[in-house]
Amino acid sequence: MRFGLGGRIAQIVPTLILVSVLVFCLQQLMPGDPALVLAGEERGDPRVVAQIRAELWLDRSLPVQYLHWVGNVAQGNLGYSWRTRQPVSQLVAQKLPVTAQLGVMAFVIAVLIGVPTGVVAAVKRNGPWDYVANAIGLAGLSMPNFWLGIMLILLVSVHLGWLPPSGYVPLSEDVSQSLATTIMPAFVLGNAIAAILMRHTRSAMLSTLDQDYVRTARAKGLSEMWVILRHALRNALIPVVTLGTLELGTLLSGAVLTEQVFSIPGFGKMVVDAVFNRDYPVVQGVVLVTAFLFVVLNLLADILYVLINPRLRRA
Amino acid sequence: MSAPRRLVVARFLRRPAAVAGLVVIVLFVSVAVLAPLIAPFDPVATSWSAIRKAPSAAHWMGTDENGRDVLSRVVFGARASLLAGVVSVLIAAGIGVPAGLLAGFSGGWIDAVLSRLVDAMLACPFLILAIALTAFLGPDLTNAMIAIGVSTAPRFMRVARAATLEVGSADYVQAAWSIGNPGWRVAVRHVAPNIVPPVLVQATLSLAAAIIAEASLSFLGLGQQPPSPSWGSMLNAAQRFLTQAPWLAVFPGVAIFLCVLSFNLVGDGLRDALDPRGS
Repeated sequence: MRFGLGGRIAQIVPTLILVSVLVFCLQQLMPGDPALVLAGEERGDPRVVAQIRAELWLDRSLPVQYLHWVGNVAQGNLGYSWRTRQPVSQLVAQKLPVTAQLGVMAFVIAVLIGVPTGVVAAVKRNGPWDYVANAIGLAGLSMPNFWLGIMLILLVSVHLGWLPPSGYVPLSEDVSQSLATTIMPAFVLGNAIAAILMRHTRSAMLSTLDQDYVRTARAKGLSEMWVILRHALRNALIPVVTLGTLELGTLLSGAVLTEQVFSIPGFGKMVVDAVFNRDYPVVQGVVLVTAFLFVVLNLLADILYVLINPRLRRA
Repeated sequence: MSAPRRLVVARFLRRPAAVAGLVVIVLFVSVAVLAPLIAPFDPVATSWSAIRKAPSAAHWMGTDENGRDVLSRVVFGARASLLAGVVSVLIAAGIGVPAGLLAGFSGGWIDAVLSRLVDAMLACPFLILAIALTAFLGPDLTNAMIAIGVSTAPRFMRVARAATLEVGSADYVQAAWSIGNPGWRVAVRHVAPNIVPPVLVQATLSLAAAIIAEASLSFLGLGQQPPSPSWGSMLNAAQRFLTQAPWLAVFPGVAIFLCVLSFNLVGDGLRDALDPRGS
């Protein structure tokens, strides 16, 4: 395991370097000269433009610009927002907890829905419950989550008046209000992941239910419930847990739309606002941070896989 | 039709859900192609006397905040969605399949470099990468299609590379090598045609994802620009009138859902029909 882990960590280094190159290249796609944009009304003054260019290292060659940028990133400096002049890292640190709360709640909802339906679908293979679970799973995958959000607002907030349609209250301010403002978006966000978890659980359960140890457990007269929960599900959950961790990308992509629909001031809403304000450093920073998170979580998923699977620990 | 192909078609046709999906897709494509003949009204014509009217005999899906007929806009919206789906998948396959073929076929450092590049691209969440690309390219439907296509390309590369590695070790490819064919000829004549099935499955499932992505970008205001109709941008506008005109939010969403569901059903059906062992 130790050798494997070292190798695995070494493997993510080139990926992270390439991610940084890709994100740096994004900037080159930008139409027009950033120095002119930043100069604003003073764009007519060549001295101001030249000064901005020198400050941002835009007057150097591309490789030098990249090394300067990546050196800053390595020290936690993601640049400054063109709009608010705040450091991008500070903006990210402010918004990330909001999205993290939404993400954790969404993940809990996804597990609560996805795993039991996957188990039922596998145990009742090819029966009506299997078909119903599959149909719900496919519908969950095909439903654009921003539309599901709009429909829920229409039903739960507009018609029934049970929950606020938008806004956000931090957990530290008022727990019940915070849950009231985030439960609907968390459900919307969790829905797509529930569908994916359901499919994974079903197929993992199908393969464990065929294993010898499950047959042995049944043969010794254990109750079917015990066999399914203690013997089959426990082993089936191993790939499900790691695959679940990898759904972070789905979660972050989904958060962009969900936060927009429910007006939640998180990470996703920050990207969209930055796009409309042409605040390119923020867009760049967000892509870099999400990609970095994804690569690190990928690594954690691998470690988790070994930790929860005793058979791999000895290898 | 060759015998194996007939078998695949027969297996596909035995799946009612997949066939239903295919029928719905044909229906959507016909609606998109024949939009000017089917739509009862001009999709961009405003009418101040018919603002936010509920569904009626004259306007089956009601009218929007500018008095435009929602049915006509949903019909024309099919064009934007299907066009975006097809074009972005073509871009993705056009980049990803040759790259995957090259990586799988040549191995060595080319494979290592291309595979790390794919890892790096897949590390950026799909929609966030597409949003960032559209942000830098500028918001319109063409750029949205390019952004979705480029963001989807790594998936095609992975599928094409894996299929190339599998096909490359087959006897008939070894035979093609042994009679002295040049490398490019083995790749193009013998390997490429045989990686089509998994690429086709990936293309169908990617179409579903691309249609959702286009709707998402348009919903955020980064895709199709008003007044041109698109399901995503219609939902964006509908959000402002949820209490006064809920129908505005229902129909475009149903259209996206049905369209995406159909492509997913056909994709699943195709995968099972092409690889009966996997199912």
